[in-house]
Parts: sequence; C-alpha cells; structure tokens
Amino acid sequence: MRRREFIRLGSAATATAMVGGGLSTNWFGLYGNPIPNPGTDGERVVPSFCELCFWKCGILAHVRDGRVTKIRGNPRDPLSKGRLCPRGTGGTGLLYDPDRLRRPMIRRDARGSQVFEEVSWDDALGEVAANFERITARWGVGALALFSHGYGGNWMNHLFRSYGSPNIAAPSYAQCRGPREVGFDLTFGSGVFSPEPTDMEHSRCIVLIGSHLGENMHNTQVQEFTTAVRNGADVIVVDPRFSVAASKAREWLPIKPGTDMALLLAWMNVIVGEGLYDREYIEQYAYGFEQLKEHVKPYTPEWAYPRTGLDPEQIRRTAHVMAGARPATVVHPGRHVTWYGNDTQRSRAIAILNALLGSWGRKGGFYIPAQAELPPFPYPSYREPGDQIADRPSPSDYPLADELLTQGVCEATIPGVRDGLGLKGWMVYGSNILTSLPNPEQTRRAIQELEFLVTVDVLPVEIVGWSDVVLPEATYLERCDELLAPAFRQPYVAVRQEVVLPMYDSKPGWWIARELAHRLGLTDFFPWQDSMEYAKTRLEGTSFDCDVLRRDGVVLAERQPIYFDEGLPAEFYTDSGKIELYSQRLAAHGFDPMPTWHDDDVEDPPPGYYRLLTGRAPVHTFGRTTNNRLLSEVYDENAVWVNAAVAAKWGLADGERVHLENQDGVRSTFTAPVKVTERIHPEAVYMVHGYGRKPKGLRFVHGRGIDDNELVTRYKVDPIMGGTGMNVNFVTFVRAGTVEAAEADSMTAGEEVEA
Amino acid sequence: MRRNGKRYGMAVDTKTCVGCSACVIACKTENAVAAGYSRDWVTTRTTGTFPHLAMTIQSERCNHCEDAPCVAACPTGASYYGPGGTVLVNQRKCSGCKACIAACPYGARFIDPAVGSIDKCTFCVHRTEAGIPTTACQEVCPTGSITFGDLDDPSSEVSRQLATREHYTLLPDAGTRPKHFYLT
Repeated sequence: MRRREFIRLGSAATATAMVGGGLSTNWFGLYGNPIPNPGTDGERVVPSFCELCFWKCGILAHVRDGRVTKIRGNPRDPLSKGRLCPRGTGGTGLLYDPDRLRRPMIRRDARGSQVFEEVSWDDALGEVAANFERITARWGVGALALFSHGYGGNWMNHLFRSYGSPNIAAPSYAQCRGPREVGFDLTFGSGVFSPEPTDMEHSRCIVLIGSHLGENMHNTQVQEFTTAVRNGADVIVVDPRFSVAASKAREWLPIKPGTDMALLLAWMNVIVGEGLYDREYIEQYAYGFEQLKEHVKPYTPEWAYPRTGLDPEQIRRTAHVMAGARPATVVHPGRHVTWYGNDTQRSRAIAILNALLGSWGRKGGFYIPAQAELPPFPYPSYREPGDQIADRPSPSDYPLADELLTQGVCEATIPGVRDGLGLKGWMVYGSNILTSLPNPEQTRRAIQELEFLVTVDVLPVEIVGWSDVVLPEATYLERCDELLAPAFRQPYVAVRQEVVLPMYDSKPGWWIARELAHRLGLTDFFPWQDSMEYAKTRLEGTSFDCDVLRRDGVVLAERQPIYFDEGLPAEFYTDSGKIELYSQRLAAHGFDPMPTWHDDDVEDPPPGYYRLLTGRAPVHTFGRTTNNRLLSEVYDENAVWVNAAVAAKWGLADGERVHLENQDGVRSTFTAPVKVTERIHPEAVYMVHGYGRKPKGLRFVHGRGIDDNELVTRYKVDPIMGGTGMNVNFVTFVRAGTVEAAEADSMTAGEEVEA
Repeated sequence: MRRNGKRYGMAVDTKTCVGCSACVIACKTENAVAAGYSRDWVTTRTTGTFPHLAMTIQSERCNHCEDAPCVAACPTGASYYGPGGTVLVNQRKCSGCKACIAACPYGARFIDPAVGSIDKCTFCVHRTEAGIPTTACQEVCPTGSITFGDLDDPSSEVSRQLATREHYTLLPDAGTRPKHFYLT
C-alpha cells in the first residue's frame, strides 16, 4: 500500500516538475523530488559468460539503445552465483575502450616501426594466407607457431591443428600454472586445472602459500574463501607480504622469500613425526609412506627456522591446526606458481601435505570435479604432427612437460639456439607475449628473426606494434564462442553470445579462423556457417536444449558424487595407481623422488638489492585490463612496496617516484611511486604486474608505473617441466628525475643498507 | 520525512570484505556515474609494524545520516530526505554551491561535471522503489559483505546482523546518526 501511495506521489511530482520546466526561470522549491533513475536496466538482457579473466563467470548484460549499460552476475550460473568481481562488472570498459583496434592493418615499414596501413579484411586475410603458404612450402608447416591465451583461442588452435602445425603454446603453462599441474599429476594422477577443485566452502582450515585470494579475484574461489572465513574456518597464510588474505588469517607466516619448501618439509616433519596424519587414508591410498617418513625426519621446525625466519613454535602450531581440521583442510595449490625454478617439487610438497591430511577427494579438501559430456564436432581427423614440435632441444629435456613451452618457441625462432630449421612464422592470439614472457629482449630478438608475424587482438598492445598484419577481434560481448562445459562441482554447459554487434570493423575469432581456413584449403575443417551452428551441432543428441541455453545462459546437469565418501571410487591415475608420496617416475628421470631442500636452490639478494615479487590488483587481470577506463579509475598505476625500515635507510618518502634497476643493470623505462609500508618483508619489494606500458595508443596506462617484466631478465627453468621461475631477479632504487646523480646517491644509500 | 515508512540502512562486514572494489564498479555502471568519479570507495587502515600487523578494510559511501549536515546546509532545498530516510539530491534544485560538500564529514558528495550539480550515493533508491530489494553494490559483492534493508524491520537481514554482531559507525561524535554500519 505504501509503495503504491508513493508511486502516486511520484507521478504527481513529475507533473509539477513539468510545469516548472515550462517556466523560463528556475523556481527553486517549485519542483517535486522525482526519484533519480539512471535507466541502466535497458530494454533487453543477454546472458553470456565473462572474458575479463579466464574464470568464465556467467553474466547478464543489459542493453539500452544498442549499448551495453551494465553487466551483472547470472544467478543461474554456478561459478558466479549472481555475483561478480570488479573486472567482470567493468566489462563495458573493454567494449567501449576508445583505443580499440578498429580495422585490419598491414605493416608498411621496418618491423617495429609501427607504420601501418588500414586495409580490407580480404586483403589482410589474403596476406596472412599467402605468408602461411609460402612458409609452409619452403620450411614445412611445423615452421609456424601459435601463441594463444583466452577462450577465443580455441578457434585458432583448431585452425593450426587442421593446418598441421603442433607448435601451439600458451603463457598460462610455462609462465603460470604448469608446475602445479605436473606436481599434482605426479602425486594424485590428476592435475588441478581451472577452476581449482578446492572445496573451500566446506573447509575448516585453509592454507594459502603465496596465493593472494581477495587480490586475485577468481570469483568462485573468493566467494568460497570468504564463506569459510564467515563460518569460522582457520586461515593460515604464508606470504612475505601481509596480503588481504593474511589480514583475514588466524596465522600469518611472514616467510623469507624463496624458502617455502623448507616450511612445507617442516610441516610434514611435524605431521608425520607426531602421527597427526590420516593413517587410514595413507594406508589405503598412498605409496611410499615409509620412504617419506624417513625422508622428512631431519626437517624439524628448528631446522627450518634459520632458513625461513619463521618461529618453530608457529610452524608446529599451524601444523597442529591443519591436522586438527583434517580432512576438511585444504592446502591451496596456488595458480601462478612459476617462482624459483624448483616449482614442480614445491607443488609436489603441497600435494603430499594434502595427501597426509587426507584431503584429496574429501569434503572441505578437494572435490573430484564432474563435467558435462558434449560430443565433439564431427570434424575430419587432424593431420599427423610428425616430429615438428620445436619448443625444446629434444624430448628428453623437461621430460614431464605436458604442454608446449612458450620460451622454447622463442628460442627455436632464434637461429643457432636450436638445431634444425627453426620457426619462421607466428600467430599471436590475445597474448601480449612481450609483457608475459620473461626476458623480453629474447622475445624481441625472436620477433626480429621471423619471416612473418600476425596478431589477433582487441587493443594496440606491445606485440601489435611488432606485427606484420594486425587483425582486430571483436570483444567477448560482441561474439559467440566455443561452448563451455567445465569440470566443476556440478556439471553444466554455458554459452557465450553476441550481446551487441561488433563495433568498427572488428570480427569474431571464429570468423577470422574460418576465413583463413577457407583461404588455406581447409574448408573441410570449418564446415559450419557460424559458431552458433557449430554449437547447435554439438548439442544435438544431448540433453541440453540450445534455445534454453541461449535464454538462460547456463543449463545445469545432474549433480554427481564429488567426494570419495559419496561413493565415488578413489582412483588415482599414477603409475602405481596410488597417491605417490614417493615418485618412481621422478626417480627414473634422475630427479628427487621426494621434495628435498637444496641450500643452493635460492640465492640471497646482493647487498643493496631486493627480491622483485609481483602479484595482482583485484581490479586487474595482468596487463589485459589496465587500459580499461572503469577499472583504471580504481587502480591506475602500480606502486613499489618498500618495507618502512628499508625506505628509512634509503631516505625514500611515501609517494616518491623511482626507477627500479635490476642485477643486470636493466633499468625500468618508467617510474612508479614508492609505497612505504609495513606490509612487505624487508628482503623484497612488491608490485602489481601489468603497468609501465609502452604503447602510446593505450591512453589510460601508457607510461604509468613500472613494467616488472622488463626487469625479469633472468629466469630459472624448472628441469622437470620447463616452467620459468621468475622471482629470481633483484632490484635497487634509482630516484626519478635526477637519474645520473641519483645513481651515485643510491649506491651510497645501498652501502648504508649494509651498514 | 520517512516517506515509505521504512528506514533504510546498510552494514558492511569488515571480517569478510576484501576491498576488491566490485561495489565501486557496479555503482559506476548501475548509476552511470560521471567518468572519473565514484559514489562509493574502499579504504584500508593498517596498524602495527612488520610482522605484527592488522588491517581493516571498509567499503564506504554516503552514510544516509538521520541528522544529515548536508541537508541542513543546503540553501535551495535540493538535498532532502527521500524514501526510507535516504539522503537524496534533486539536481534540478541544486545550484552547485558546494555548501553540502563542506558540511559532509564523510566526503560523500561531488559535483557531477556534466550537470554542474551534486551527485552522491542514493542507496539505489530507484531499485528499492521499483521493488528490487538490493542495491547494486550489495548485489555484486562477491564476498556477500554488504547487507541492506529496513532498520525498523527486526526481521530484515541488516537488522539481524546489527542485533547479533558488534558494529561501529564512522565519526559517531559528529552527531550525524549514520545509517551505514561496519560489522566487526
């Protein structure tokens, strides 16, 4: 009743306002007070899924007058549950980015000169096809490589496999989560994958090792993490930085950077030594417990103390908390884990610790995910790749790598680094490899050696400037895509739909791949007219109705058992069929069969230098989103976090701008403000990745902050799977403005640090 | 003044808020806020020295005070108490004099450059009065840290949170009687 009264009141007020509006003078007080309505609900709502990061949350996009006004979480979607992170909410900042690539371009001067001519799609695609054919005719199809990141990359992947090149690599493996996949696979017979099957919403204890949930905003994980916090779960955070997660924790372990392995071994020492592990689980499912028991004996908390800087009592206490909550304890595997080059072994240690706690396959630990079965599209078989894989010197190098190594693709492009003919042509899809691969100088050298480089992207990022042909892709809000059927708690299918028509002369990835295929004689591999026809074909004969899927964005399948306790058989796809605490496969390849501490694994910073650590801001996905106007309004430049005591020694004031210079004398192009803080270990500095961008065409981020990747001139390659450990660089401060004079100053100050 | 018989209030749970700013972005798009401006924002306060630290994160906005200094300071009557005791601005009555900006102890108001008058958080009154029970910041919040509703209804989620959890308001000594609370 009251609402109705109000509506009447409101309409009367509108009438008054109209009268007032007719007067030539503003008569303050004459107007009523209409409720201000921004009208952003629009006239239609289209469900789809997000691409601001790679979590793929279900969204609802509101459209008014052909423009997307706002993006909300889709309540039907099991990943977002109707809630979104800031990036997904700010998706319109990508769609309406004024710097978007608008038309296809062909380079008309020396590579890197950025002299481009806008051309038709027909000319651009013709140029790409002609170069692919020329390279294939002269060097073989294996001389072509694809770098890819993001869901639209599926179409390019299909194009390359149809054409016959196996050289397809993504930085998400060797620069990110690869070691974790191999470490868990060696232990449980399954990688972790994405979304991580951590059952945090039921956990009673959550252990995060350098994983900064809350700043890393993978939506479902953050939702579950905070649900656990709300329910009183004990959170244990290991991080040299007082992260947001650490501020929610019962115990924060401010570890000396690089020594996580020592802590993990000490935890095992306590849990095994005091008999706190899950005996029944280990007896039933594990292989190699006796060897492990002997192996961890010397690694006491007191042994770990001088290495990690952590109080032995805190190590013991946290081990007791973890064991007390088992099996509802999850030691999170992390995601970006390429830190020190021993990362597969550290991931193994995390996996083994979870095994001791009996958490794999158990409620509150790790669930075993289920996936909706969709038949593949009835394509012809791909051509045999033969022995053309070019990312490593020989198959015996990095023997357990199960994806291609991006840095290896670069090396194989530079003459003299590898035997053989090397790579001659690249396609780079949605993957700005100059800021994501370590040692960008090596990447640039490889680019200069190429006969041909084509880039498919949305924005004029660094790699675009080096390309011969630039193909502007439509954003995720302007295109359909491959169906999504992730392995998750509940199997489901989601669809990405064209919310609005592509702006400018941009085209969807599926269209680009299909057009190229037609020009390369691969029509048989792209028999569909558009991606929706493709999707419909895949859904035929399944229980998923395409019309319902398009209406709701998501169709759930029946929930299946996801815990061993629910009757799911405990199967481990390892060599022994058991959880391998001791890995015979690692032993066979000459690696430590059980995680081991090596004193020389981690180098200390030289005097006056600090270990460079990087992470994420919650509003950004690396450098992909830093030019998004909506998101950059919240976080528009990275700062260099410097421990307050260190800053005092250097005389650095909060907000003072500095360059960073690394151990090899490489100085950051741009400057960033110092953030003087107690929240970082005095041995390290920290910054958010994705800033200090060079292209002037990125107006909101050009020159803002420091590009950490410039300073990653060194990396330590994981001998097991080829991941590039990147936290092995050290930096010092060079005051901005007076660079030459400041250099002398900084050296003096550097000495003071030692004094 | 409470024109719909309700008394809207909001509570932010500082135990679970991670300060991700989803609330800020959702507000910007829901309310088509002018570029470069925000009606809500996140603050963090760290105390202690390494490694003995504590941090409080707050998602902040207009406190929709019961004794709002901005309403008292407004010379044209543009600032007023709207439905549910929300503090609103009628932009057509606003002369852009900024007296309210000076009066507000929370920094919740700014001049919208497109129209030259005041803009601020409305508690999404256009949603609540259309029957949508949530504000945009509340709806998006991935950690579920924001609750909103009728403080006079003891069964509302916000009332239940305030009845069972310790909480505080910002600048209680300012005598503004905020209707925006922080749970600890």
